[in-house]
Amino acid sequence: MMRLRLERRPVPPRANRWGGYGVAVVAAFCMGGVVFLLAGANPFAAYAAMANGVFGSLDDLAEVVVKAIPLVLCGLAVAVAAKIRLWNVGGEGQLVLGGIGASAVALFLAPRLPASGVLPLMLVAAFLTGGLWALLAGLLKAKLAVNEILTTLMLNYVAILWLEHLYFGPWRDPMGMGFPGTAMFPDAARLPRLLGTRIHFGIVLGLTAAVLLLAALSRTRWGYEMRVIGESPKAAQYAGMPINRTILWAMFLSGGLAGLAGMGEASGIHYRLQQGLAVGYGYTGIIVAALARLHPGGIVLAALFIAGILVGGEQLQTVMHLPASVGLVLEATLLFFVLGSDYFSQYRICRRTPTP
Amino acid sequence: MNLQTLAFILTVAIQSSASVLFATIGEIFAERGGVLNLGVEGMMLMGALSGFATAYLTQSLALGLLAAMAVSGLLALIHGVFAITLGANQVVCGLSLAILGIGLSSFLGRPLVGKVTVRFSAWPIPILSDLPVLGPVLFAQVPPIYLGYVLVPAAWWVLFHTRAGLNLRAVGENPAAANTAGIGVAATRYTWTLCGGMLAGLGGAYLSLAYTPGWRENMSSGQGWIAIAMVIFALWNPWRAALGTLLFGLVNALQFTLEARQISLLPSYLLRMLPYLFTILILVLTTRSTGSRKRSAAPASLGIPFEGEG
Repeated sequence: MMRLRLERRPVPPRANRWGGYGVAVVAAFCMGGVVFLLAGANPFAAYAAMANGVFGSLDDLAEVVVKAIPLVLCGLAVAVAAKIRLWNVGGEGQLVLGGIGASAVALFLAPRLPASGVLPLMLVAAFLTGGLWALLAGLLKAKLAVNEILTTLMLNYVAILWLEHLYFGPWRDPMGMGFPGTAMFPDAARLPRLLGTRIHFGIVLGLTAAVLLLAALSRTRWGYEMRVIGESPKAAQYAGMPINRTILWAMFLSGGLAGLAGMGEASGIHYRLQQGLAVGYGYTGIIVAALARLHPGGIVLAALFIAGILVGGEQLQTVMHLPASVGLVLEATLLFFVLGSDYFSQYRICRRTPTP
Repeated sequence: MNLQTLAFILTVAIQSSASVLFATIGEIFAERGGVLNLGVEGMMLMGALSGFATAYLTQSLALGLLAAMAVSGLLALIHGVFAITLGANQVVCGLSLAILGIGLSSFLGRPLVGKVTVRFSAWPIPILSDLPVLGPVLFAQVPPIYLGYVLVPAAWWVLFHTRAGLNLRAVGENPAAANTAGIGVAATRYTWTLCGGMLAGLGGAYLSLAYTPGWRENMSSGQGWIAIAMVIFALWNPWRAALGTLLFGLVNALQFTLEARQISLLPSYLLRMLPYLFTILILVLTTRSTGSRKRSAAPASLGIPFEGEG
């Protein structure tokens, strides 16, 4: 008699990975269907509305790219830190700080600067403010071994409260008729948009960051040290690698990338500092990075896919009056199924005859 | 400050610490067995929602609490499957669980926003509540708070004075040895992870049925994350958890009192940052004061899957 059994294999074949993603996507959408049923909605109608929201027109497709921009940057932010096993869960706060830094330049320095200098300075400011915000958690981690997951998370709440204070209080537009937001940025402080859509220059920042990171990780001494520290901290220590310094740099870089996402939102989309800045891209970046297994190229793909889900979710809200938060549900479920498929792709089914 | 104000602050401190206390004790149980569940925020929110929804439909507070515990327990089991059986990265699946709970509660809870239903009212304990000052502070609270009073010593006793607690700690410190001694590592971890989820759900239901009755999106406002920080401050000990959450409650009560009386000691946005800044401070102080001892306080196998079974 023959039996089937599961056998573990050392390296899962690449085809299994892609197959695993496929199965995970289908499974996640099935689970999403159940959630729609729970909310009393027809899942087919809901998915049709989402699909229509994504593929309905060129503008809709452009919107997917618009949302993918902050997701790429926040996903890369998570990945940089996670490469050395640091969990920067503070992308949301660092994004907010980046937005604040860029806005400070746009609102207060722009009139005194030559027009061509405004955007570069905003870029530097956003990177620095986001990076320093993350560096707070990095310093606590490197010097005192304080858990970075919790400090970065707590700093999110602090950052958002500060943001609200700024646009409700001292930075509020005096001409805004009570609108909670700063004055509009001058033209010199607005990122150019491409192809007549809402896609802004942030896409160049995101893709450049992905390419640079990929190159830095695979071809530089810094990248090599990151890999060794990530895979074997003990070996890195014996080899005398500067672990603490790498932690600080990784956190700074990570926060800086998230900060750029904040600048993209403020100066590419809203043209001011306002409520819609903190809408969860920082948290979704964690999912994007995890789905892509921290690979910069994969992060671009995962960001586009998740952005599609987010855009579809918003359409659902307009057309069927279902909360857009279904996007979060689908993202998280998808990640669970990918984690599950990771496990099963380590195994293969083979036949064996039972030993007597 | 007169005695009355002090009593008021203490009362509010206890009230605002109860939800974090439940979640913290729950997470202590899970982590003592080696399972790091970062999904507390999501479990609390789903607990708050299902507790409120059930009470809304049945007009029964007891059923509300039970439903909250059941739903959050179920979510904890999802984490268990990935963390224990599939050996996935516990940080990743915990964060994923948090996001799932946040999204799901916001999605399913939309029709309940602004609805009103039964809620816990204060239930003064005869005689005890007549004690001067402390009587009304401690013994004129809502019933779930009394549950909290019992939970702390009970959790301590279970952890340190029962066979079940010994097994749990053994599994957390050295799963291989526990396995050799005939303790089911996976079964123990599942049981206590489930327990942790149920307590997080209870904490959530306390919010929606007693502390701030009603359902609002993200109504736990980070208390699930604060609970995870409290576990570190508590050094995985229920008594220290009670102390930590009470301090957290005091910070909250102070903020509340200052804001309510419009005492402008600090601008209000700084006041509202206090709980989060306080949590960071407490993490720093804990790590500083314990130094290398912290490594011995954390369960040795925390976050590491065990593959030796079966």
